[in-house]
Amino acid sequence: MSATTAAAGGGSLRPWLLLAPLLVFLAAFFLVPLAQVAVMSVSDPEWGLEHYVAIATDGFHLRVLLDTFITALTVSLCCLVLGFPLAYAMAAAPQGLAAAMMVVVTMSFWTSFLVRTYAWMVLLGNRGPIARFVEWMGFASPELLFTRFSSTVAMTHILLPYMVLSLYGVLKRIEPALPRSAASLGATPAGVIRHVVLPLAAPGIANGLTLVFVLCLGFYVTPILIGSPREQMVAGVIGQQVEEFLAFGEASAMAMLLLASTLVILGLYHRRFGLDRLWG
Amino acid sequence: MTKPYLELRNLSKSYDGRSRALDGVNLTAGKGEFITFLGPSGSGKTTTLMLIAGFEGATEGEILVDGTSITRVPPHKRGIGIVFQNYALFPHRTALQNILFPLQMRKMPKAQATEKARHMLALVGLERFADRHPREMSGGQQQRVALARALVFDPALLLLDEPLGALDKNLRESLQIEIKRIQRSLGVTTIFVTHDQSEAMAMSDRIVIFEGGRIQQAGTPLEIYDRPVNDFVARFVGDSNLLPICLTDPAAGTGEIAGIGPVRIPAQPGRRAGEAATLLLRPEVLGLAAEGAPNTCRLAVETVVHFGDSALVLGDVGGTPLRARLPGLAAQGISEGSEVALSWNPAAGHLIPAA
Repeated sequence: MSATTAAAGGGSLRPWLLLAPLLVFLAAFFLVPLAQVAVMSVSDPEWGLEHYVAIATDGFHLRVLLDTFITALTVSLCCLVLGFPLAYAMAAAPQGLAAAMMVVVTMSFWTSFLVRTYAWMVLLGNRGPIARFVEWMGFASPELLFTRFSSTVAMTHILLPYMVLSLYGVLKRIEPALPRSAASLGATPAGVIRHVVLPLAAPGIANGLTLVFVLCLGFYVTPILIGSPREQMVAGVIGQQVEEFLAFGEASAMAMLLLASTLVILGLYHRRFGLDRLWG
Repeated sequence: MTKPYLELRNLSKSYDGRSRALDGVNLTAGKGEFITFLGPSGSGKTTTLMLIAGFEGATEGEILVDGTSITRVPPHKRGIGIVFQNYALFPHRTALQNILFPLQMRKMPKAQATEKARHMLALVGLERFADRHPREMSGGQQQRVALARALVFDPALLLLDEPLGALDKNLRESLQIEIKRIQRSLGVTTIFVTHDQSEAMAMSDRIVIFEGGRIQQAGTPLEIYDRPVNDFVARFVGDSNLLPICLTDPAAGTGEIAGIGPVRIPAQPGRRAGEAATLLLRPEVLGLAAEGAPNTCRLAVETVVHFGDSALVLGDVGGTPLRARLPGLAAQGISEGSEVALSWNPAAGHLIPAA
């Protein structure tokens, strides 16, 4: 009995040996720095919870957190509204066309989001095509760049593939006879979407919303480059505090709060759907 | 049949604009009739069903139900119940909720709809399974739920697309009887698509044989079996011997078969002497020859397959292959390699009409 246990124990050690390099890497370059940040949030410049108290009371930080959540929510919902018809069309398209659409979606996925952010800078700039078109129509040139609008548009564009791919996964698995069967039973085309497609796609919708929301919460480059300086997002404020004010303690406290928010959302998702399904 | 209830007029369908999946189908069905579309895959039977359901548009022709054309009506307004091959139950709804679906789409008050759905569930014998999801039910139970769902809204027509294809043999037979019983009790005009001829024979008022996008023959099961109009129908339905025959005196009912010699056949007043034709002999019309019986031949036996109640005896007569199905007892003495005298009643032979 003890011999078999020992043998099984010896056998189960091997996977850990294979994992060891990765575990060492993660521990050295992720867990240790993360712990440092956690410690710094209560010890820099001196020990105490002053940063957390400040965040909770000074208004500015809560405002930033709220703005970040609102932006992330807007981006997630925009991705859903734009992504659903696209994913639905892809799932219904004949194989060749579906493959072509998939290439278009993933192409933008593989293009550096820095490049895509600069592309939006050109498009939305004061001398860009959209401003010119509005002027040509006879209206005053609108302020598009460096607003919450511009960062929301760009982040929606950048995160859309995550939504489309997770919706495509569930929509593709819906048996084609189901919409037909619903139609034969008297469901209008809108009724088919509402009563059959949407309920069956719900896991993918929750999945896409969670992915986009969580990725959006920590987004740094795009809001910094083309977002509004007055309505910053959390990651931007953390960067600013580190780079401009060398306020490591305050930045660390904000970072811990951001991490906690992300974990709460993932925790909620896990309770409802199981985290192992998040990446398909 | 009094007045046609369902009418297909010159119905054609082409997917690519050149070849026709369906080519000029004409058919009428009376109210309450149970009609089976039988044919090999790609024969046009499922295409016809999809056109009646409205999932595909007709290239030419009209579909009329009760005198009104539904050719350009979208599927959700046709009021036709369909049972799909793989049930197509909604996986996120329970059995009862599945059956409620068509009533909810018709905005029927909830209490009335629930009563109707429960009544339907009882009719298919699944009262106790109301709150089960499809994945918690067997194939046969899912099929019954699908049937109840297709019938609960009193459809103008019931279409069944190979609904028993995925079930095992015993279950198929009990569901055949079940479907027939429910169909008869509700009196709903039904079209049943299958490629299984015994299913078609067992269930139908009339069978429509499809091949190459056309109707080859429409008739009662016995008409189709006893008097097929061409070689295809004769071969496709039932087991057959198709023997080339030369008509010597058609009006008197005589002919000559190579290897067998002169034979008597039912009189063919419309045909000319010397004409070549095909005689259909079902294997079971052949029997051990009595002394002096007409239409006798000597079969060189190659193989005997015993089924218990009957046996299939395979061999040839003067170079013409022939198969006979004999009662089990009669076949017991026949050994492979022996020769046996067989004969058939002249009236049991069927001359395939000239094409």
